[in-house]
Amino acid sequence: MLDRTADNVARATPEPLAKKIRGISDKGLAWLFISPTILLLLAINIFPLFWAIYLSFTNFRANRPNEVVKNLGLANYRRILGDQDIWIAMQTTAHFVFWTILLQTVIGFTLAWLIDRKFRGHAFWTTIILVPMMLSPAVVGNFWRFLYEPQIGLFSYVVSFVTGIPPTNVQMLSNVELAPWAIIIVDTWMWTPYVMLICLAGLRSIPEYIYEAAEVDRASNWRQFWSITLPMALPFIMLAVLFRGIENFKMFDMVNLLTGGGPGSTTEVASITLKRQAFESWRTGYSSAFAIILFVAVFGLANIYVKALNKVKQR
Amino acid sequence: MNRSVASKRSSWPRWARRGLMENIATAIIAIGFLMLFQPFALSLYTYSFVTMLAGAVMFIIISKFPE
Repeated sequence: MLDRTADNVARATPEPLAKKIRGISDKGLAWLFISPTILLLLAINIFPLFWAIYLSFTNFRANRPNEVVKNLGLANYRRILGDQDIWIAMQTTAHFVFWTILLQTVIGFTLAWLIDRKFRGHAFWTTIILVPMMLSPAVVGNFWRFLYEPQIGLFSYVVSFVTGIPPTNVQMLSNVELAPWAIIIVDTWMWTPYVMLICLAGLRSIPEYIYEAAEVDRASNWRQFWSITLPMALPFIMLAVLFRGIENFKMFDMVNLLTGGGPGSTTEVASITLKRQAFESWRTGYSSAFAIILFVAVFGLANIYVKALNKVKQR
Repeated sequence: MNRSVASKRSSWPRWARRGLMENIATAIIAIGFLMLFQPFALSLYTYSFVTMLAGAVMFIIISKFPE
């Protein structure tokens, strides 16, 4: 009875007045909440991307803002893609990305597998293993510089103790052969816990009854690992590889702190070259073109990876 | 049964469906990626960006195609 009266009153109310009473619609409210985020994304991500694309076709220099900006067409791209030094920087990046991802995945998965065994004190060891990941890259870079010091560094003494080489000869950061590996070691030390955490989530998501069924079928531990553990944890491992791959492509802080791209240009990864071109040579247009090339590379890689990930998940 | 009904309904050419074309786009991106980071020939490096870009654009367009 009361409902019917309310309905009648609602129907009798003129539409402009009803709108005023109802206030903002659900859709309007949703847009109101989403719009600050969209605006922020447009301002921080989308606009700089399109601005960089525009600059990549010009000779703009950020240190000469009043100079006339000339359109160069594809000249910046042609120069970068014919530059031998940048080609070498790309190879250095590839070497760095390949080895860091390989080591981090192998060690990270092994650690996750061990932690998943739930031995006594596993929670304590998980926390200890996670500590490097929580540190700031600036702190990690600085203290590894001390560790690598040939005179006083602990790392040099450990290597000397194991191999018998005098510690002053273990010059990790100034040796052409060792410097890339010095960075790979630090990055692996810092980011293996991250891979471990993702793999651990994958291993914990495998239902126990599958292992119980395998036990009933008398499957060996080795067989269980290859037929259950690895395939079921694979999407998580691939996700970790994707995240680390993208991160390591734009790796800058650690290389800048440890070697600054040296000795010579042996550790000059693409991001260091980019920074030198953009903020030391002030070739903004040229460096924008370089950034776009790297963006397309990472975007393409991410596409392949997401496709592979979906395939693995469908299995 | 369902598949035959679906194929009758869709006028989209079979060769241009997402699965196959997506695989081709992925292969082009992968080739471009390898060309960008290989240490053997500068000419391969020079054409790597165009290859990757073509693959990426193809991938974006194809992702809108029907299955």
